[in-house]
Amino acid sequence: MRTSSTFKNHHLEQRIIAVRLLWALIIVTTLSTIIAARLFWLQSTEHERYTTLSDKNRVQTLAVSPPRGLIYDRHGRLLALNQPNFSLSIIPEQATHPTSLIEQLGEWVELDDDDIRRFERRRTSHRRPWEPVLLKAGLTEEQIAQIVARQHQLPGVRINAIPTRRYPYGPMLAHLLGYVNRINTNDLENMTPEEQSNYSGTHFHGRTGIEAEYERYLHGQAGYQKVEINARGRILRTLQEVSPQPGANLYLHLDLDVQQAAWDALTGRRGAVVAIDPRNGGVIAFASRPGYDPNLFVTGISVADYSKYRDDVDQPLFNRALQGQYAPGSTIKPMVGLAGLEDGVTNWQRKIWDPGYYRLEGVERPFRDWKRGGHGWVDMKTAMAVSCDTYFYDMTFKLGIDKLHAFLSQFGLGERTGIDLPGESRGILPSREWKRASKGQPWYHGDTINTSIGQGYMLTTPLQLAAATAQIARHGKAVIPRVAQLESPVVPHQITLKDSRNWQKMHDAMAAVVTSAQGTARRIGSAPYSIAAKTGTSQVFSLGLDQIYDADEIEERLRDHAMFVGFAPLEEPAIAIAVLVENGGGGGSTAAPIARQVMDAWLLNTDGELAIPEANPILNTPQEPQVP
Amino acid sequence: MQREYLHQLPGQSLKASNSSFLARFHLDTPLLLNLLVLASFGLFVLYSATNGSYDAVATQATRVGIGFTVLLILAQIPPRVFRFWAPALYSFALVLLLLVLLVGTQKKGAQRWLTIPGLAQFQPAELAKVAVPAMVAWYFHERQLPARLRDVCLALVITCTPAAFIALQPDLGTALLVAISGLIVLFMAGLSWRLIALTITTTAIAAPLAYFFAMHDYQRRRVDTFFNPEADPLGAGWNIIQSKTAIGSGGLSGKGWFNGTQSRLDFLPESSTDFIFAVLGEELGFLGFSILIALYLGIVLRCLLISYQAQDNFARLLSAALGLTFFVYVVVNIGMVTGLLPVVGVPLPLVSYGGTSIITLLAGFGILMSIKTHRKMHIHSS
Repeated sequence: MRTSSTFKNHHLEQRIIAVRLLWALIIVTTLSTIIAARLFWLQSTEHERYTTLSDKNRVQTLAVSPPRGLIYDRHGRLLALNQPNFSLSIIPEQATHPTSLIEQLGEWVELDDDDIRRFERRRTSHRRPWEPVLLKAGLTEEQIAQIVARQHQLPGVRINAIPTRRYPYGPMLAHLLGYVNRINTNDLENMTPEEQSNYSGTHFHGRTGIEAEYERYLHGQAGYQKVEINARGRILRTLQEVSPQPGANLYLHLDLDVQQAAWDALTGRRGAVVAIDPRNGGVIAFASRPGYDPNLFVTGISVADYSKYRDDVDQPLFNRALQGQYAPGSTIKPMVGLAGLEDGVTNWQRKIWDPGYYRLEGVERPFRDWKRGGHGWVDMKTAMAVSCDTYFYDMTFKLGIDKLHAFLSQFGLGERTGIDLPGESRGILPSREWKRASKGQPWYHGDTINTSIGQGYMLTTPLQLAAATAQIARHGKAVIPRVAQLESPVVPHQITLKDSRNWQKMHDAMAAVVTSAQGTARRIGSAPYSIAAKTGTSQVFSLGLDQIYDADEIEERLRDHAMFVGFAPLEEPAIAIAVLVENGGGGGSTAAPIARQVMDAWLLNTDGELAIPEANPILNTPQEPQVP
Repeated sequence: MQREYLHQLPGQSLKASNSSFLARFHLDTPLLLNLLVLASFGLFVLYSATNGSYDAVATQATRVGIGFTVLLILAQIPPRVFRFWAPALYSFALVLLLLVLLVGTQKKGAQRWLTIPGLAQFQPAELAKVAVPAMVAWYFHERQLPARLRDVCLALVITCTPAAFIALQPDLGTALLVAISGLIVLFMAGLSWRLIALTITTTAIAAPLAYFFAMHDYQRRRVDTFFNPEADPLGAGWNIIQSKTAIGSGGLSGKGWFNGTQSRLDFLPESSTDFIFAVLGEELGFLGFSILIALYLGIVLRCLLISYQAQDNFARLLSAALGLTFFVYVVVNIGMVTGLLPVVGVPLPLVSYGGTSIITLLAGFGILMSIKTHRKMHIHSS
C-alpha cells in the first residue's frame, strides 16, 4: 500500500515538474526571442544611427588654425612675428586631488582668485570627459621648467603652446601695427558663415592698426584634421588632414631706421611724425609718441596696466598721427597761396605793406601778424619764407571762403586720406555750409581771415598734412598714403593749375623757408639736399575743464603746438613729411629739427652722403608666404 | 512508468557505450561539448576585449581549467550525496555570509569578500548561488508536490535569508539572482499560478516603495539611468549609451574581431567584465550573438532534459533550477548591456573576465552531470 501510494505520488509529482519544465521551455524561448529582437533592432533597424554615434565618438574634426602672416619693413626686417605662448591646463579625470594639485601648482605659478574661479567655471561647465581645462595662460620659461621637471608627480597637468603674436619693437610701432587680441563673439558675428568656419580654430583677431586692416590677408586659410580619439580625448591617429594655408606676409613701405629716427627725435615729447614717399604714397615713418606696449594687449591686458595707460595725462593710447586733429597753422600757407595765384587775386610780383596787423572794414579789433611791427614790403615768396600773416589775410579776404574751400578740398583736407589704417580722422575744412550746419551761425569775414593762416575752425591730422605736402611735391597729383606695399583702391585726384609753373615757383618759395636769412626754418640749415618746407604754430585755445595739471605743467601745456611740413629733395621729391609737437612752441625751432633728422635718415647713407632710396614697387596682390 | 524506464535502459546504455570514455567519468557529452565551445568562444572574445592581453586570457583560461576540474570532481559524486549534504552546505553558506558582514573585506564600497588566510579571497555569495537552490530542492524532496502554502512560506524563508544577507553587503544584483534561484525551485515545485500572480503584483507595488525608501543612492541612480540614460550622458548614462552604441554600430556582421572602435578606444567601460557582450556585439555583430545564444540555449535545453530525465524530485528540481538560473544570468546581462534592464553587476556566464563566477557555474554543471550520469545506478539500487 505504502509503496503503491508512493509510486502514485511520484507519478503525479513527476508530471507536475514535467509541466513546469514545459513552461520553463516556453519562458526561455520567449526571453531568447525578446533578446534576439532587441539585438536585431539595435544592429539592423538602428544600425545607421549607432554607426553615426560611434563615428562621432571616435572621429573628431579639429580645425587647424593657419599661422598668421608676418609683417616686415621695406628691408625685410621682422616687425610682427608669432611665438608660442605656453598655457597650463588640468585634466580633472587624471588629477587625483584637483584642489591640492592647484595649491601645489600655486607654488610655481602665480594663481589669483580670479584664475581659480575661472578654472572652476570651465571645469563645471559642459565638457567632454578627459578634456583639459585651462588654468593659466602665458607661462614663463622658468615656470614651465619647474612644472615639467615635476610632471611625473603631477598627474593630469598639461602644458600647451599656442602661437601668439609678438611685436619686438613695442611702443615704437604700436600706433601703426596695432595689435591682435583674443577673438570675440562680436568678431565672429560680423563674419559670413564661411569666414566663421575659417576662424573656428583661431585664437586671435586683429584689433587695431595694420593687424586689423589686413586681418583677412594675414589670417590665411584654416586647415582641418580628422582624428581618431579615445574616450580620454587622446588623439590616436590622423584619419584625414588638410593643411592650413598660412596667412600672407605683409611688406610695409616703412623703413625701420627712419621710424627709429622719428621715434628718437620725439623723445620726451608728445607728438607725431608722418613721412610719405611722394613717388608712391608709401608711408616711410609713422610715429606717435608716447606709445604703448602692444604685447600687453595680445593675451589680455591686466586692469592695472590698462588703467595706467588710460589715466596717463599724456594719452599714450591716442594715435596722434592718425586721429589727432590740430589747427594746421601756417603749414597750409603754400596751399592757400596757390589758391590765390590760381584765382588771380595775387601773383608773384604783387607786394603789400605789412604794418604788423591787418584791419578789416567794420571790425574794431585788428588781425595781428605774428611779428609785432610787421614785415614791411612783402611779396608771395617773402610772405612764405617769413610766414607773413598779413599778406595771407589780405589775399584771402579778396579770394573769399568759398573759393578757398573749393581749392583746399582738392588737397584732401577735411576728408580721410584713404590710408590703409582704420579709424582715421577727417579733420575740418570749414565752409559756409559747414558753419551753418554745425554752429548754426553765418560765416563772417573774420572767419575767412583766421582760416587763411590755418587757425579758427580748421583742423587737420598730421597724416593729412603729410599727404597734402606730398601732393604739392608731385605738382598736384594726389598721393594716397599706403602702409603696406599693396595697391590702393582709391583713384588719386589731380589738381590742374591754369599756370602749372606755379608748382615749381611754390616749391622755390618753400625752399626759401629754409634757405633765406629770415626763413622760419633756417635753423635746419644746410643739408646735402635741398628742402622745401613750411613751419606753423597751432594755437592752444583752452584746456579741458576736467584736466588737472600741476602748476609747473600749466605753462607748458598752454604753449602752442609746433608744426612743420616739408619735402626733399626739391628737384626729385623722395620724402614728404609732417611733424607735430604738442606744446612745442615754434614750428621752426622745435618741429623743423625733428623733420631734418627723419629726412636725413631716409635720404642719407651711413656716411652722411646723399643716397636716395628707390621707391618700392606697388604690388597688386599680397606677397606669397615665404618659406623660412 | 517503470516499464518505460526499462525500455529506455538498453538505448541509454547503447549511447553510453558510444562515448564510453566520457561516460566512465560521469560526463554528459552534449553538455560538456557545449560548455567547452562556449568557454573557448568566451576566451576568443576576451582576447579582443582586453586589447590582446595574453596575460588576461591565460589567467582566465586557468580559471576555466579549475572550473572544469571542479566539474569533473563533482560529476563523480552521486546526487544523493549532494542531497545529503545540502542542509550542511546551506548552513555553511549562511555562516560565511554572516562573517562577510562582520569581518569582510571592502572593495568598491561594498563588503563582499572574505579573506581566508593562506587562500585567495572569495565571495561567499557565489556559494549561495548553489547552496540556496540545493537547500530548497532538498526541502521539497521530502514534501508533497504541488507545494502547499506552509511549504511555500518555509521555502521563501530559506531563500530570502541568505538573499537578505547579500543585499546588506550591499549587492542587490547578486541578492536578486540568489533569490531567483530559490524561486525557480519553487516554480518547478508547482507553485500555484495564483500565488505567482500575487507575487508579481506585490513586486509591482513594492518596487516603487523600495526605490523611495530602501535603496542606496547608487542603486537609485542606476534605476534613474535605466529609465533615462540621456539625462546624464557623460555621467551615469555613459555606460549604457556607449554599450548600445557599440552593439548598434556593429551591425549584422560586426566590425570584425579586434576592430571594435568603441572598446578599442576605451569608450566602452568594463569592456572585459560586465560589458563584454557589447564587445562581442560590436565586433562580431548579430552573427556573433546568434552563435552565443545558440550555445547558451543548447546548454539550458540540455539542463531541462536532464531535469526531465532525473530520478527523484531533488535531482529534478535542482537541475532545472541550476540550468534556469544560468539562463537568467544570460538574460539579465544581455538585457542590461542592451538597455532592456537596469545596470546590475551580473557577468556574462563563462565569457566575462572574473574568477569566482566561472568556478561556481561549472561546479553547478558538475552537479548536473552527476544527476545525468548516475541515474542508472540509482534505478538499479532501487
